[in-house]
Amino acid sequence: MSESEVTTEGVRGTRPGREATTGTSAGRRWRRKRRGEQPVVPPAEFTSYYGKPVLNPPVWESPDIPGYLFLGGLAGGSSLLAAGCDLTGRPGMATAAKTGAFAAGVLSLAGLVHDLGRPLRFLNMLRVFKVTSPMSVGSWILSGYVPSAGVAALCALTGRLPRIGAAATAGSALLGPAVASYTATLVSDTAVPAWHDGYPEMPFVFVGSGATAAGGLGLLAAPAGETAPARNLALFGAGMELAAFERMKRRIGMVAGPYSSGRGGRYVRAGKVLSLLGAAGATLGRRSRIASAASGAALLAASAATRWGIYHAGMASAGDPRYTVIPQRQRLRERAKTAESPGLPAAG
Amino acid sequence: MAARARQPGRPASQPGGLASLFTMLGGGLREAMAGSAAPGGRPAGAPRDFDPAAVSGYPDHPPRMGFFTDTSVCIGCKACEVACKEWNHVPSGDLAFTGMSYDNTIGLGADTWRHVAFIEQRKPLAFQEPGVHHEDVDVLALASQGSGTSPGEAAITPPTPGGAGDQLRWLMSSDVCKHCTHAACLDVCPTGALLRTEFGTVVVQEDVCNGCGYCIPACPYGVIGQRNGDGRAWKCTLCYDRLIDGMEPACAKACPTDSIQFGPLDELRERAAGRVGQLHRAGVTDARLYGESPDDGVGGDGAFFLLLDEPEVYGLPPDPVVTTRDLPSMWAHAGAAAAALTIGAAGAFAAALLGKRS
Repeated sequence: MSESEVTTEGVRGTRPGREATTGTSAGRRWRRKRRGEQPVVPPAEFTSYYGKPVLNPPVWESPDIPGYLFLGGLAGGSSLLAAGCDLTGRPGMATAAKTGAFAAGVLSLAGLVHDLGRPLRFLNMLRVFKVTSPMSVGSWILSGYVPSAGVAALCALTGRLPRIGAAATAGSALLGPAVASYTATLVSDTAVPAWHDGYPEMPFVFVGSGATAAGGLGLLAAPAGETAPARNLALFGAGMELAAFERMKRRIGMVAGPYSSGRGGRYVRAGKVLSLLGAAGATLGRRSRIASAASGAALLAASAATRWGIYHAGMASAGDPRYTVIPQRQRLRERAKTAESPGLPAAG
Repeated sequence: MAARARQPGRPASQPGGLASLFTMLGGGLREAMAGSAAPGGRPAGAPRDFDPAAVSGYPDHPPRMGFFTDTSVCIGCKACEVACKEWNHVPSGDLAFTGMSYDNTIGLGADTWRHVAFIEQRKPLAFQEPGVHHEDVDVLALASQGSGTSPGEAAITPPTPGGAGDQLRWLMSSDVCKHCTHAACLDVCPTGALLRTEFGTVVVQEDVCNGCGYCIPACPYGVIGQRNGDGRAWKCTLCYDRLIDGMEPACAKACPTDSIQFGPLDELRERAAGRVGQLHRAGVTDARLYGESPDDGVGGDGAFFLLLDEPEVYGLPPDPVVTTRDLPSMWAHAGAAAAALTIGAAGAFAAALLGKRS
C-alpha cells in the first residue's frame, strides 16, 4: 500500500510501497570522498552493519580521562625536574615542581576514580596485581607514587624532615617516568584502532607530552634564575612528542585519520601550534620573566591539547566501522597473498 | 554434585580478597601471558588445543562448552533475545525505532546479550526460486491426498521467470559473546571481576566490578558494555548458573530452529564442519564458519558461527586480534620511553650546567 500526502504543492512523500527494493539499504558501501586526503589503503569494497561500529566505544569521559592522561604526564615529569633541582641546588623550582607533581598526581587519581562506574569500589583495583592490565599496574604505580610525591611536597613546603623529604623526592623521581609512560600502554592495550595501532610510538608521545608539561610548569612557577633546566626539558619534550606523533601517523596510514580530522584533529593541531609557540617563546624570551611564564603556560596547554586530541581521535576511530574493518580486510588479503606464493617465506 | 553448592559468578577456586591475588598470578595471569606471545594468529607456545580452563587453575574441569550459531536456519524470531533477558534479569535498555529492518537492539551491550541482526540483500539463497505463484493450485485436492503426496506431485508450481529484482535473501543472525580462548576483557580487567570458569567461558562477577570500563574498548567484537545507572560492565555469562546445574543456556533452549546449538566445543566444531559441507553441496557456496578456527587472532571463539556472507555484513570484525597479544611489546616500548624521559631530564640539567659555564 503506497502512502502519500496530497498537498496544494502536489504529491509529497511518495513511498515506494510494493515496489520497495528491499535490501538495497543494508550493508552500506563506503564511498570515497572526492576532496581531501586519499586513503593509503586502496578503497576496496567496504561493508558494515548499517554503518554501526563494530566495537563498543570506550565509556571513558572527558575531562576525567584525558585529564588523567595529561596530569599523569605532568606529575611524572615534574618529579624528575624536582629531583634534578634538589641535586643542582635550585630550591625555588624544586618546591614548585614537587607541589605541582603532588597536585597533578592527586587530581589524576581523582579523575580516574571519578570516571569509575562505581567510584566507591576503587579499592577493588588493589585486590589483584595483573601485568596484563595496564590499569592494574597503573593503580599500583599511582598508589606508590602519590603518597611519595605528597611527602616530598609537604617536606619542601614546610622545610621539615629534610632526610625523609629527600628520600620521598628520590622515590617519586624513580616512579615518575613510569607514571608518565604507563598511560600510553593503557590506551594502546585496547581494540581502539587509532590507539592500538600506534602502540610503538604512543609512549614516546606521552612522555614527550609529559616533559613538555613539566617544563612548562617549571617556566611558569619557578624563580627567574632557576628556569634553564625546565626550558631544556620542555624543548626536549616538545621535540620528542612532535617527532613521535608524526612517525606514528605516517606508519599507521588510514587509521590515523581521526588524528587529522574532526574534533581529535582540531585538538592535535592546537597542541602542535601551542607547542611550537611555547618552544619559540621559551627560547627567544629566556631573559624575560613574563615571556618565560607565558611560554610555560602555552606548553602546559599544548600538552593538554595533545592528550584531548588523542582521546577524541580514539573515540572517533572506535565509533567508525571503517577503521576496524578496512585494516583487518587488508591484513586478510595480505595473508592470502603470502599463502598463495609459496616461494616467499611466510611473514613471521 | 559438588558444583551445586557454588554461588554463580564465584567459583570455589577463585575466591575474593587477598587470596585472589595468588589465584590471578597462578591463573588468569598465567593464561594471559601465555596468550600474548607471538604475532600472527595463535600465540607461540599455545598449542592448537589450548585449554583455557586448565591454565586458569582448573586442573580437573568439565569439557569446554560453547555455542555454534548456525545462521542459515535462523528465522529472526528473537526468542533468544527474550529468553536471555528473562532468565538473566537483563533490563530492557533504551529501545527506540531504528528503521534498520527488524532490528531495534542494534548490537550487543550491557542490556543486550543476544542480538539478532537482520540484513536484507538482493541475492538468491542457493537454489531458491523466487516469485512463485499459487493461483492455479487446488490446495483442497492436495490436502485430500493427505501426507501420501509424492514429492513429484508436491512440486506444485513452476517458478515464474523473474529478473534480478525478484531475488531476495534475508540474513538473520543471533550474535553473542564469543567467550574467546584469549579474552582481552579478562586480561585487562584491573579488579579480577572478569574470570574464566571451569567451562572455559568468561564471566563478570557483578559484586567485584567497579565499572572502570577497560574491558569495553578491549573487546575486539564490541560485546561488553556499561549499564546506564548502574555503572558496571555486563555481558553474556553463557548462563553460568544453568551450566552448573547441567542445563543448557536459556537462548539455546528457546531457539525453535536449533540455530543456536549448545554443547562441548569439540563436538560443535565437528557438527559445524559437517553442516558447511552439506550447505556447499546444496549450492549455498557463501556458507563459511566464523570464529571456529583456533588459529585466529583470539585463539578461536567459544561461541562461533556459520555465516552466509562476510563477517562485517553482520557487524563482526573480519580478522579480530586479542589486543594483549602485543602487550609485551607495548610494555617494552613504555619502558624505553620512561628511560628516554629520565635521560632527557638528566640532559636538561647537564645542558643548563654547560650553558652556565659558557
